[in-house]
Amino acid sequence: MSNKESVQKTITVALLLCIVCAIVVAASVVLLRPIQEKNKTLNLKMNILAAAGILKEGASSAEIEKTFERVTPKLIDLDSGEYIEPAVVGKPSAIAYDQKRGAKDPSMSSLLDASKDIASIKRREKYAKVYLLIENGVVETIVLPVHGYGLWSTLYGFIALKGDANTVAGLGFYQHAETPGLGGEVDNPKWKAMWPGKRVYDLDDSGEPKIHLVKGGVDNSKPEAVYGVDALSGASLTSRGVTNLLHFWLGEMGFQKYLDRVRKGA
Amino acid sequence: MSSEISIKKVLFEPVVSNNPIALQILGICSALAVTTSLQLSLVMGLAVSLVTAFSSASIAMIRKQIPTSIRIIVQMTIIASLVIVVDQILRAYAYELSKQLSVFVGLIITNCIVMGRAEAFAMQNGPVVSFMDGIGNGLGYTAMLVAVAVVRELLGSGTLFGINIMTTINNGGWYQPNGLLLLPPSAFFLIGLIIWGLRTWKAEQKEAPDYKASAHVVKEAF
Repeated sequence: MSNKESVQKTITVALLLCIVCAIVVAASVVLLRPIQEKNKTLNLKMNILAAAGILKEGASSAEIEKTFERVTPKLIDLDSGEYIEPAVVGKPSAIAYDQKRGAKDPSMSSLLDASKDIASIKRREKYAKVYLLIENGVVETIVLPVHGYGLWSTLYGFIALKGDANTVAGLGFYQHAETPGLGGEVDNPKWKAMWPGKRVYDLDDSGEPKIHLVKGGVDNSKPEAVYGVDALSGASLTSRGVTNLLHFWLGEMGFQKYLDRVRKGA
Repeated sequence: MSSEISIKKVLFEPVVSNNPIALQILGICSALAVTTSLQLSLVMGLAVSLVTAFSSASIAMIRKQIPTSIRIIVQMTIIASLVIVVDQILRAYAYELSKQLSVFVGLIITNCIVMGRAEAFAMQNGPVVSFMDGIGNGLGYTAMLVAVAVVRELLGSGTLFGINIMTTINNGGWYQPNGLLLLPPSAFFLIGLIIWGLRTWKAEQKEAPDYKASAHVVKEAF
């Protein structure tokens, strides 16, 4: 018994245990990583297709891959609104660029001034990835990544615009931690179904994004109704967060310049 | 020793008569967090059962080698490694669920049930019976989670396993969901009610009172 408690034995047991546990953990991480990566990209593709409104209910992974072949990812410079080559960000293809990582990299992002940071995201990346659905040479749908702070969490999602770069084709969030049943209703299909057909900008006016959530519901008799979507009941702060993040990403700090270019046919 | 601890006993006793949540009041934290949906509760229960079973078995296997001075850290290392493995497996094969469970899989490490069984049972018993004890306690945990989740999901969202049972007003139906049941505190009320029910049914689970109020004696000053 005394032998079991000796210093030598204690160190040996600790060392052996560490080695065995390290091997088990490392093996599981390394062996399972390819499957995990596949899940991640598949999930992303599914959300892009869902926002664009071309995802079939209960589509299999093979179907998602096949539908996604219709989508062309492209990189843009947010400041100029121009398309850039993937080589600018040092990647072989547009799909390989990780925009979330870009937002954290000091050389590829900038700190936002508090007055401009309406979506509370602190840093904004210089380059963004957009997804285009092109049919017969004409841009049908543009899917833009958006994110911003709600009540508890940062909401990550996509907004899809029609080829006129103004009419909404769909909206969806793929990652958030808002209150279930209240702010969590951003995932409610009925709420999401209110988005298609809404307009983002009043093109005769300033060009500022006008789309917003309306507390108490949209009055359809007014002409502004086309820029409004019902706010989520019982979730004022999440609703405000959604409006803010859309204003940020569709405004001058976001995709506004790019969308102007698309409308001009560039 | 072996006559007292039969496999059947360690496997089924923790489900009702020695439930880790209801009687030992362990593992409450995750019971509050994941019981908003039945599916999540089942996966969480399965994950905890597997971790408890395998950690108890491995600890029981090397129990005679573990020096007393570092036994807790040895147990923690084994538990933590197993939890990481379970988390990785969930991410690879049940991606949607692992996204919803998020940090709670990682937090199985701090679930007192796992550590409690390792220290209280596996350090004194053989690997096979320890494995069964782990499964048994995992079952007890799962049973409690499922019971709470059925009430919370049905009354909170009007669904069970995500299948619509009562159409909510938000979706154009008649049922006004009870928002409280989607928030963690509601699990406290439910677990409390279940413990009350269980202790009324099985009176031997009642704890002896810590103190007894003595009869009031009036002593007049004059």
